Order: sequence, then C-alpha cells, then structure tokens
Amino acid sequence: MNPAPDLDINYVANLARLALTDAEKGKFAQQLGDILHYVEKLKQVEVTGVEPMAHAAPVYNVWAADVAQPGLPVGAALQNAPAQRDNLIVVPKVVE
Amino acid sequence: MADELIFRPVAEVAALLDAKKISSVELLRAFVARKQAVDGRVQAFNSLDEAGALALAAASDARRAAGQARGPLEGIPVGFKDVIAVEGQPLTCSSRMLANFVSPYDATVTAKLKAAGAIPFGRLNMDEFAMGSSTENSAFGVTANPWDLTRVPGGSSGGSAAAVAAGEVPLALGSDTGGSIRQPAALCGLVGLKPTYGLVSRYGLAAFASSLDQIGTLAHTVEDAALLLGAIAGHDAHDSTSFKAEVPDYRAELAKRQGPWRLGVPKEFFGAGLDPEVGAAVKQAIEFYRSAGCAIKPVSLPLSAEYAIAVYYLIATAEASSNLARYDGIRYGHRSKAATDAIDIYAKSRAEGFGEEVKRRIILGTHVLSSGYYDAYYLRAQKVRTLIRGEFLRVFRECDALLSPTSPTAAFKIGEKSADPLAMYLSDIYTIGVNLAGLPGISVPCGFTGGGLPIGLQIIGQPFQEGALLAIARAYEQAHAWHTKHPALT
Repeated sequence: MNPAPDLDINYVANLARLALTDAEKGKFAQQLGDILHYVEKLKQVEVTGVEPMAHAAPVYNVWAADVAQPGLPVGAALQNAPAQRDNLIVVPKVVE
Repeated sequence: MADELIFRPVAEVAALLDAKKISSVELLRAFVARKQAVDGRVQAFNSLDEAGALALAAASDARRAAGQARGPLEGIPVGFKDVIAVEGQPLTCSSRMLANFVSPYDATVTAKLKAAGAIPFGRLNMDEFAMGSSTENSAFGVTANPWDLTRVPGGSSGGSAAAVAAGEVPLALGSDTGGSIRQPAALCGLVGLKPTYGLVSRYGLAAFASSLDQIGTLAHTVEDAALLLGAIAGHDAHDSTSFKAEVPDYRAELAKRQGPWRLGVPKEFFGAGLDPEVGAAVKQAIEFYRSAGCAIKPVSLPLSAEYAIAVYYLIATAEASSNLARYDGIRYGHRSKAATDAIDIYAKSRAEGFGEEVKRRIILGTHVLSSGYYDAYYLRAQKVRTLIRGEFLRVFRECDALLSPTSPTAAFKIGEKSADPLAMYLSDIYTIGVNLAGLPGISVPCGFTGGGLPIGLQIIGQPFQEGALLAIARAYEQAHAWHTKHPALT
C-alpha cells in the first residue's frame, strides 16, 4: 500500500495534459502505487530474445492505392466543434 | 403476445415476421413498451430515438411487403453499446467528454446491420470509454442487474447485457477489450461472444485499447449470436487490422459442425479466488461434454493465469493514454469555459470531461510509456504477451477449444469493488488472456447460484474458428434450459 517510488504524479499529469486536483493526485498516487507493485511480478518472466507483440492480428502491412477518397463534408466534420466560425474551428491565439 | 415476443429467440421472431403474423412496427412497439415499463429500474439505456426506430421499422415492413426482405435480421431491433457510431445519433461513451457528441457517420458494423435490415435501437450504458467491469464508471448513472437490482450487470458492456436480459431489446452489440462482453453476459445470464481480433471491423468504434478491442454480440441464444455475428463480420478496408477471410454462414455451421470435440480445461482457471458455486456449475458443464463423448484434456496456462492481468493493465492503459489524447477540447467534445490558452484548454477540458477511472488509466498509461519506464513496463509487457499467445497456441495443438469459468464470481453488489481498482481488475482474470492472444471467446449460461444469480461458462476457441466455437456452445445449450429463464423484474 505504498505510493510508487518512481511515479512523479505532477510530471505525468503534465505529460498527459490533465489538470488533477490535489485530492486526485494523492488518491491516484496511492492506488497506482498498488497497481505498479502488482505489475512488478512481470520481472520474474524470462523475456530474453522474445519479440514484443503489438497486436494479435495476422496482418503486417496494408497498402492502399494512392487515390483520393471522399471524406466527411465540412459541415459534418464541424458539427461537433465546441466553437466555430466561417467553417473554421475557433481556438485561443497561440502566437502573439 | 407482447411478453412472449420480447424473450423469443430472434430466429423464431424472424419466422413470425416472414409469415406476416406480426409486423416489425408491432415488434418494435413491444420493446418500446417493455423499456418504458422496466428501464426506470434497470437504467440500461443512455438514449433511444424512438421515432427514428419506428420509421425504420415501417420501412422494413414496406420492404417485406414488396418481397424485398434482406434476410434473417430484417426488421429486428439491435441495441448499440454507446461506443459504436450510428449516423445522426448520440455517441457518448458514457462520458461527460462526449455528452453532446452526435456521430457524423456510421460504423462499419452499423452500415452492415442497416444493409441487413436490422434497426438500431437505443444507446446502451457502459463504463466510461469501456474502462471497467461493472458499468459503475458511467457519467450517466449505474445500470442495475435485472436479476437483482442491487447488483452490477458487469461491464463494460453492462447496459447491452442488462437491456437484453431485461427483454428491452432482443440483441445488442458490445465491445470486449478484456472481457467486457463475456463477463456481463455471464453476470446477466446471456450468450456473449467476443470474436477473433480482426474478424469484425473496428471502424466507428471509439478506441480504448486498439490492439485488444473487438466488437461482439449479446443475445439470448447461440443461434441468435451466430445470426448477429454473420451480419457484422468481414473484411473492411477502413480498419487496417481487419482480416481478409471468408465469412461462413455461422448458422449453417451450427448444423454442420458436430462433435465430439477435444476440449482443454486449464487447471489454473480453477484455483484460489474462484467462487465454489461458480466452480461447481462449470465443472458440471465439463461433465456434460465428457458424457457427450468429448475428450476432456487437462491443460496448463501458467503464464496467462499468473501474468495476464499485469500485462493487460500495462498495454491497455498505454494504448488508452495515446488514444484518448484526441479528446483535447478543440475539434469535438467538451471544452472548458475556464481555460485561458491552448494548453489550458487541453488540461482543463480533460479534467472536467473525464471521470475518475479514465483519469487513473491515462495517468498509468502515460507513466508506463514515459521516457525511462517504457522498456521496463510497456516493452516487457509486450514480450510477455508474445509468450502468453504462444502458450495458448501450443495448447490448441491438442484441443479444439478450452473450457473455464467466465468470471470468478456471480454478480457482485453495486459499490462492492468501486473503491479498490485492483480488486475490480482481478475480476477479469479468466477473460483477459483471450484478448491478449487475440482469440475468440464465448460465455454461455451454465446455471444459477443458490441466490438466483446467473453463472457463465467460457469457451475459448482457435483463431477464426467461430463456427466450431458456436457449435460447441450450442451443443451445451441444447441439452440445458438455462437460456429459457428470464428475470422476473417484478
């Protein structure tokens, strides 16, 4: 039940772009500590020379013809945008 | 009439529709009435476009009258887990993040079902972004188990399972990343099928863990599962992990494929943590197969039993942290009104939009992918995953399928595990290895506890051998009557 020694919750929350409250940070550090201690058991497995597996599909590369396909119309693509104007998505200024 | 209709297997309802004994509109109204009567207590539905569904039912009746019926799912309502896109309908993933999102296009499975004449019927509750095993992690309320309203229906496809079990819809789609179809099927007394990874297109399924996610079916009977699988399976150029394979007529496979089969029983799946009543029911099911002439082989899956959960919670959270980066408050989804600049929009929108379990997994996944930890956690987990798949494939050299419990316990109480994430994760111990190895798995009802809660038998098949898997499940179902029992919901 110890917080994981190597989990820097502030650093990781910033990487994840997630504004956590202090209460969430305390709780997650504890709970994720338990989980990280649990997964330590993977160190017992001998994995020398074993290939990592990205997925279980017997598909390795998929080529598509280089031909333009119709996409979503602009109206449909923008219908869920939180803020829009003139067929564009509105965001705060990024460059002064 | 209405009560008989709502629990009738779809294969029989289709015959009634064909014989014009009932219309699709009448059928749909029976399910609407049932939903109105019971969903206040079950809370399986996030939303239902009743008028839209009725219009599609009327169109189906018109096709049938014109001799243009499209097959066995013509005019049959199908519920959708609220993670699969249906054009013009909400897609919330049971998250505040997508509370107002409306799908601009159909998922491939949706387009296929529409082409088969089926009628999308409702958006069904789930754990937020499919992260959970109880449907308690929904932003829109907890779904109850129709067999005991104080208990969970399982998850993450808990709304899909509860809706079918309660007779609110005859069939439903779910998604299964670590057991999210099979476990709720077991806890609600249904047939739940997770197909082989790559058999069903994931295009239009909101991504959780892309190397593990697979769309599958919840139904009352194995034959109904076969019908629904047949309608949604097949190669799709929109999903690069979709497999180019012939899709057989799975209902015909049921008749064609006869045992006896060679069935493996992994000894590690009957150890500590397994509820004695669940273990006894599953062992009786194994004895049924033995008495039917099947060869029952004790097998061993030590790596899967010991390490699958650890591997899963590293790989699934890593993939989730990457997939859920798209919810940034810019192009769609919740945008914080308190944000001042671009970075602030990301961090605050995500903080306000995501629930606790989703945040926890994003943090874990980000950590295990971060510089300095990637090799120790994520890469090592991917290597152990290779070993786990190899272990399953070795066992399949001498077995057609494997038998085990689906879940170590029957349905647990609402609130019982929600404060302890690790305890919740451990409830997926028998189902998770199947996703890591990309195999098909099915849960079929195999009895009840003394308290009247359903128990599920898991059958694990060889890759792309859904025909055999369904036939093995059907052999058990035909010799038992569990699937004919329904919750009273009085």
